[in-house]
Amino acid sequence: MSSKPQDVEALLAQKYRHGFVTDIESDSLPPGLDEDVVAAISKKKHEPQFLLDWRLKAFRHWLTMQEPTWAHVHYKPIDYQDISYYSAPRAPANAPKSLDEVDPKLLATYAKLGIPLHERARLAGVAVDAVFDSVSVATTFKEKLGKAGVIFCSFSDAVRDHPGLIERYLGSVVPPGDNFFAALNSAVFSDGSFVYVPPGVRCPMELSTYFRINAAKTGQFERTLIIAAEAASVSYLEGCTAPMRDENQLHAAVVELVALDNAQIKYSTVQNWYPGDENGLGGIYNFVTKRGECRGHNSKISWTQVETGSAITWKYPSCILKGDNSIGEFYSVAVANNYQQADTGTKMVHIGRNTKSTIVSKGISAGHAENTYRGLVKILPSAAGARNFTQCDSLLMGPKCAAHTFPYMEVKNPTATVEHEASTSKIGEDQLFYCLQRGISAEDAVNMIVSGFCKVVFKELPMEFAVEAQNLLSVSLEGAVG
Amino acid sequence: MLKITDLKARVAGKDILKGVNLEVRAGEVHAVMGPNGSGKSTLAQVLAGREDYEVTGGSVTFEGLDLLSLPAEERARAGLFLGFQYPVEIPGVNNVYLLKAALNAKRKAAGEPEVDAYEFLTLIRHKMKFMQMSESFLTRGVNEGFSGGEKKRNEVLQMLVLEPKLAILDETDSGLDIDALKVVSAGVNTLRDAKRAIVLVTHYQRLLDYIVPDQVHVLSGGLIMKSGDSSLAHELERRGYDWVLESQVA
Repeated sequence: MSSKPQDVEALLAQKYRHGFVTDIESDSLPPGLDEDVVAAISKKKHEPQFLLDWRLKAFRHWLTMQEPTWAHVHYKPIDYQDISYYSAPRAPANAPKSLDEVDPKLLATYAKLGIPLHERARLAGVAVDAVFDSVSVATTFKEKLGKAGVIFCSFSDAVRDHPGLIERYLGSVVPPGDNFFAALNSAVFSDGSFVYVPPGVRCPMELSTYFRINAAKTGQFERTLIIAAEAASVSYLEGCTAPMRDENQLHAAVVELVALDNAQIKYSTVQNWYPGDENGLGGIYNFVTKRGECRGHNSKISWTQVETGSAITWKYPSCILKGDNSIGEFYSVAVANNYQQADTGTKMVHIGRNTKSTIVSKGISAGHAENTYRGLVKILPSAAGARNFTQCDSLLMGPKCAAHTFPYMEVKNPTATVEHEASTSKIGEDQLFYCLQRGISAEDAVNMIVSGFCKVVFKELPMEFAVEAQNLLSVSLEGAVG
Repeated sequence: MLKITDLKARVAGKDILKGVNLEVRAGEVHAVMGPNGSGKSTLAQVLAGREDYEVTGGSVTFEGLDLLSLPAEERARAGLFLGFQYPVEIPGVNNVYLLKAALNAKRKAAGEPEVDAYEFLTLIRHKMKFMQMSESFLTRGVNEGFSGGEKKRNEVLQMLVLEPKLAILDETDSGLDIDALKVVSAGVNTLRDAKRAIVLVTHYQRLLDYIVPDQVHVLSGGLIMKSGDSSLAHELERRGYDWVLESQVA
């Protein structure tokens, strides 16, 4: 094609744009993990006794667990004693009470990332909670949301201000002992976001959290809990970046969603953690447990994710469809380039009658990357009339990458309908040549073909995120075909 | 406009073109005919710059440019258009989006501003009407789910929008019923003028009843075996290709 090798290299070299480090004083715990560390985190956050007990129970359970090995990913063993489990930007003795008191360097970091907490967020009408390393730095729009009765705050604030809600819902979707990484998170999580939308309220704006890992040798273990009460609805966006570092960093988050009767939750992620360099050095290990429970009748939970970052991605945003007529959706674009490994997919567990789920997964592999779709559709005997539709498509760019599809199905009710479609295509030399012959450059042609491939998923994203996702995708794949 | 001198090319290690000579001047229409496997499509692909085809000898100039030194997209921007024998499907990419990108790439290369959206839509609607295509083709994916005939119409539509200097149409007539053939031919004929040239690659004389060529060439075994005026096509239709090859041996 037209691109010369050196052009491609130059393009790849400029690839990761969020790789800067912010020079800021931080208050960190030394590396290592034992009950004292768990207690120290809890103490730093002035947590009530029930939460400390909950953490310790999770920690003790974690000690009995084995790291899972079933995923189609390969990495050197993680030394859990070599990670710092708490890092917070050092603030004056009193924590900032408003944005004006937040360290200007921090605000500058977010501006660099394209999420200015002040003006632009206000213009965009998006409420942002920003998590920097382990703590939540600022939550915009608190007042406006408060008027509508919506609670949107850092997890720590929620523990302090709404302990009843936390005690009631925390771990009710992802129990502390659910899996190895969820147990670890339950023991050491430091912050995250909390949303509660009261009955009948339609959240007046998009809510958004931006996660950023800054400090070296730190793990990030945030926890997100979103509750939509009866007939409430909310759309939540999550974005992630990290600096470029040679060592791998661990990110083990837990997200829990609860939708009560007639409630709707839409959760969108654009994940762009540092993926490592072109030789596979460094990058984030993204081992995340995300699960939503349609607890009430006619409720709906929809996951949309665009995953372009991380050295390793291990995540399966899932829906437990408990309420009758509830709906679960999963729309995913997962991109893996260079030496990235992605093992991602979803679980749809049908319990209620006439529950419905839709899975659309688009995997794109380039370079030496491995991209795996792993999905489970489980229809329990109680789920009469349940329906599932699954579509998994893989796009391969170049000869050295790979795509795998592992769809599991367990159908225990004879009235259920399950459909599965899958395809694997190479980014056609034919398609590329067709575009070139019409005078379109190789880069534009690849973008066009890939965007076309992902169109059904991008349509599910809120407008401003769809544009960002598209840009991210083209940056991630620059020079992948040349 | 186009001068091909002793062009040799191979595909997958096999020599296909073995020294093709051909000159096409502005205003002319040439037909390249020949049996299956004679190298007709290879010639078209090599001229358009497909990389799987390795040029092993000879030269091609196009409007004074050394064509073989240019990547495919620059050849296209310089005014060379290939109507594909098997137009590929590009799911999810709007037909109209591809066309607009193509037109803008060409305009940009010529130092012209991008086409205004309204102006473009007016233009393309007009051309689609001419090609008797429904407007739904604008928003469908490129060739996605098109019938064979619809794909060929779409190729000619693209050609009419891009207005190339040299159009190479690779079996654009294959798979068309007689009505579609008339529409496609009419489309091609509108492009015929003193500044442009057209090369028709075809199996059948049928197309040449509607687009009457100035010259007809027989390509066989990777060489042009015989050239003549449009009457040669009729003779081929009547007598087949064998006599051309035999007369060469004799």
